[in-house]
Amino acid sequence: MNPSLTANPPVNPPVATPFFFYGLAAIMIIGGILVITRKNAVHSALALITTLLAQAGLYLMLYAPFVAGVQIILYAGGIMVLFLFVIMLISIERQEKERQFNKQWLVGIVAAGALGGLFIAVYTTTAKGILFPPVGRESYVEGQNTQEIASLLFDMHKGMYMFAFEIASLLLLVAIIGAVVMAKKRI
Amino acid sequence: MNDFVQYVSSYLGSDKTPGAAGNFFWATVYVLLVFVGLSVAVIAMNWLERKILAHMQIRLGPMRVGPHGLLQPIADALKLLLKEDIIPDGADKIVFWIAPFIVVLAAFSVFVVVPFGQTHAITDMNIGILFMLGVSSLSVLGIVTAGWASNSHYPLIGALRSSAQMVSYEVAMGLAVVSAILMTSLNAANTGTLSMIGIVEAQKQQEIWFLFKFFPLGIIAFTIFAIAMVAETNRAPFDLPEAESELTAGFHTEYSGFRWSLFFLAEYSAMIAVSSIAVTLWLGGWLRPFPNALQGSTWDLAFSLIPGLTFLFLGAICFYNTARMPKHPLFRIQTIGLAGFGAVLALIGLVMFLQPVRDRVGDIFWFSAKVAGFMYLYIWYRGTFPRYRFDQLMKVGWKVLLPTGLALLILTAIVGMRTELVAQVREVFR
Repeated sequence: MNPSLTANPPVNPPVATPFFFYGLAAIMIIGGILVITRKNAVHSALALITTLLAQAGLYLMLYAPFVAGVQIILYAGGIMVLFLFVIMLISIERQEKERQFNKQWLVGIVAAGALGGLFIAVYTTTAKGILFPPVGRESYVEGQNTQEIASLLFDMHKGMYMFAFEIASLLLLVAIIGAVVMAKKRI
Repeated sequence: MNDFVQYVSSYLGSDKTPGAAGNFFWATVYVLLVFVGLSVAVIAMNWLERKILAHMQIRLGPMRVGPHGLLQPIADALKLLLKEDIIPDGADKIVFWIAPFIVVLAAFSVFVVVPFGQTHAITDMNIGILFMLGVSSLSVLGIVTAGWASNSHYPLIGALRSSAQMVSYEVAMGLAVVSAILMTSLNAANTGTLSMIGIVEAQKQQEIWFLFKFFPLGIIAFTIFAIAMVAETNRAPFDLPEAESELTAGFHTEYSGFRWSLFFLAEYSAMIAVSSIAVTLWLGGWLRPFPNALQGSTWDLAFSLIPGLTFLFLGAICFYNTARMPKHPLFRIQTIGLAGFGAVLALIGLVMFLQPVRDRVGDIFWFSAKVAGFMYLYIWYRGTFPRYRFDQLMKVGWKVLLPTGLALLILTAIVGMRTELVAQVREVFR
């Protein structure tokens, strides 16, 4: 057991029971399979939303409520609405008749195999007694998750991700300006 | 059995919410209470909206079913349940079936974190306000899928308008909310909070409603939120998704019967939900008016009598109208019914005078009263403003509310950190 995990035992009995984990994982896997097998793009999008919501549930189980909230707002509430917005305008009748095809299945299988192999490697090393995540990573209690994320991002002494965060926002700004330039004929 | 009784009674006398205390029994009870309370509020809102709109337009409104149409919403509900449930031939059956449930789930699950009182919330989350904004934004999905699945022109255009409108106003709404959250961090520890209970506690601690904090910044933030929340719930004057003169009924044109009533239920509970965000963030949540200026046991007692007096007043109105009822024998049942309703209200009022009840319902009463004020505002808007055109709506959202919100956020941060900023500047020029 990680010593820093036991240092701050949660006050309430943990909700992170295997029952919830297997339920959420099953929902995610079924949703993921539905995303790639449905011919109707709107059905695929709805299945993807289900997967993303179940993922938010997994974040909650990991005592990261802030990440879960951001996941719901950004992915399920924001990005997927825009997806649906575009997909809704595509003619459904034509999609239904066409054969599904994918030219990248070989690359896909290799990538999926590599990711699976990585997971198995991590799992077996953990089982041997080598701890993962690495020792020394602090685990925060649920009640201060938001505050701890803020101090990791912005604090003068603890904040180590400030630069990366600002770079990411700069990237987003470039994307926004690019979208405006491309969409508008005359500025 | 004994264990169960002990488990149930162990929560009594606790000063936490059932979720924070981890008591499943009381959490379930609170969930049921909130669900029932919301349904009753939606029914009452249905009647009140028709009556108030009617009186604003110098009409009588519903008068036939029950005294002054009091039973009209129940008759409506029965009618909706008995109506034929039609699924259009070209509709996407599964999505058509799921869409109203997405809307209702999104509208109801936000009430998990709404603080009706210091201990009267189902639970308190670290991410309370974020949870409310996120889950209520999921209702767009229901509206979009409902419009698409109907496979019809008007619903599709209604759904497109609705999603564009809700996504754009969410931005302005978020900025206004963030400026209120910044205000919670102005304490000794310099840490803010997103928890709904924590936000009200911060207002109590700073001895000011955030509406009046940094005058006029608080009021501007509140105004932005108040405009955005009307657009977010698709109500007049921003009810373009269901503009009946152009789109029949917008995204729920093809829905009928029970499914339509789910949309109705979701719309009104979403209105209550955004109003309770506004009340929590800017109007001091469950705190009674003037908790600091008029403090002391005498004032506490005076304010704690108001809930009971309100109900007695409502009962008195019922009795007054009982006396004014026509004396014709056909009206006898209605007269008796109205007198009975008045008696029930007066009885509730009397019960609220009891010491233990008074102490517990006070905060719920003040919270509900503030939310009820917002509900009246919604009806008032509907009776007053003409509908916006869609390009005007987008212009207001992106060109007025968004820049104002951004400027407001920066100004709030500067004013909040003014002592530190001045100290920094002095340090530089020394």
